[in-house]
Amino acid sequence: MAEARPTHGVEWAIAGAVVSFLGLVVVLPLISLVATVGRAPWEAVAGLSTGEAVNALGLSAAVAAIALAVNGVFGVVGGLALVRHRFPGRRLLDWLVDLPLAVSPVMTGLGFLLLFGRTGFLGPVLERLDVQVAFAVPGAIVATLFVTLPFTVREVALVAEEVGTVEEEVAATLGATAAQSFWRVTLPKIRHGVVLGVTLTVARALGEFGAVLVLGGAITNRTMTATTYIHAAIEGRQTSAGFGMALVLAATSVLLMSAVQRRTSR
Amino acid sequence: MRGSRPGSIRQNSALPVHAGAPASVRLFGCWVALLVGGPILAVLLRSAMEGMGAFRAIGSASASDAIFLSLWTSALAAAIHAAMGTAIAWWLVRWALPGRAWISRVVDLPLAVPTLVAGVVLVGLYGPQTLVGSSLAGLGLHIAFARPGIVLALLFVTLPFVVRAVEPVLRELDPAEEEAASSLGAGRWRTWRTVVLPAILPAIAAGSVQTFGRSLAEFGSIAAVSGNLPGKTLTASVYVLGEVEAGHPGDAAAVSALLLLLALALNPLGGVLVRFLGGRRG
Repeated sequence: MAEARPTHGVEWAIAGAVVSFLGLVVVLPLISLVATVGRAPWEAVAGLSTGEAVNALGLSAAVAAIALAVNGVFGVVGGLALVRHRFPGRRLLDWLVDLPLAVSPVMTGLGFLLLFGRTGFLGPVLERLDVQVAFAVPGAIVATLFVTLPFTVREVALVAEEVGTVEEEVAATLGATAAQSFWRVTLPKIRHGVVLGVTLTVARALGEFGAVLVLGGAITNRTMTATTYIHAAIEGRQTSAGFGMALVLAATSVLLMSAVQRRTSR
Repeated sequence: MRGSRPGSIRQNSALPVHAGAPASVRLFGCWVALLVGGPILAVLLRSAMEGMGAFRAIGSASASDAIFLSLWTSALAAAIHAAMGTAIAWWLVRWALPGRAWISRVVDLPLAVPTLVAGVVLVGLYGPQTLVGSSLAGLGLHIAFARPGIVLALLFVTLPFVVRAVEPVLRELDPAEEEAASSLGAGRWRTWRTVVLPAILPAIAAGSVQTFGRSLAEFGSIAAVSGNLPGKTLTASVYVLGEVEAGHPGDAAAVSALLLLLALALNPLGGVLVRFLGGRRG
């Protein structure tokens, strides 16, 4: 049906409801964050230049970079595997890949704690190997790898399904090796999916809170990430530092996502 | 964070696919089995080790209050989004009003904002020390550190699901059907109710089920906005955190296992619901 302007009173009422709903739920709260930080920007800057804030941001960036690398590689392998190969257990694998989206991050943290904690199922093994995962940096990394697993797999699978395998077959008939075909044909074809997938991965990694709180323990200067820093700062009444960090995180994710969306929609 | 797309690996039968699993596929399979299967099995196993204690843990007053609070706030968020999400999708597809691109951008924003930050900004606007929060409190309406805050946080983090489920269906809808209905004398509301609504109902249901599932699992925004008062604003995921911190991993595992089974049951249940609503249309 042709697009139209609302004509009926009821339609205008619905339009008004939509605007006020989005305003009250999303827009005004986000504006109030910017306004709160903007009212006393130097307090936020001072709060964010303390050692613990810098360390927290650094750890978040490092963990996000690791998630990008590991789940980027596994995402390409997995996305292609699910679309291009038929093997026993494929449906189960497909289902497992989506599972991190369905479970609470607290349960994720608890699950790893039950595995890697001192009294956990693998606790004695880790103790003998002298490896600490829970309440240490590896814990924050593992938790983040779990929650960011689906993104690159899904985006790569979507694109791989669209582009098909005709070019790869041509490459094979022309004598290309599997490696040549992957680097010169497949990877350029699925490029957009990879870029979108790893961006979602980074945004999600920077924003992960529950799982890294439970498994990492949010120990100041050791396992405190940007999100757990916000939580601790606000609980400790250091509102300007907490809001400053919240703004930094939100702005980073929003800019990342909008940059990628603009690129991939072209 | 884009939601799950159930059954997204739909195979185009024209594409040749390779039978069997090369080394890369097996490596990926092992990675997923360890990374995802490991912690989930650990929770289920730990909960099973509790035996009957698991049921006692779930049935305790504080746990069942928390689970019940999570269920009804999630259901309320899903119901509100069923209506508002459909209205937003309608605006995006059918109304040539200024600001459409902005609305689309706002709908995607919650996917980019970390959920803890969502809770923090809601407290920043509706908290008791703010202008808005204190004036609403004067009217007897408490949002932050109260139940409305929980629902508001859930609405924030699940905003795109119904909109993005309904939008493409609405776009594909054949305008001839609506024109036929109105040329036969059906009024606008009747045309909408008998032609448009049955067509988009499966999409509304799918988006609402996704909203409900995502809400049940939500933690970060609620932890910031709800105040976490036992029996009043303590949701299931925050309760689990409390049990972990109090050194009761068995109780935490039992409640988590219940939530996990609920989440797992939701997908097939949603599928049945969507098929039922779609099938009724003939």
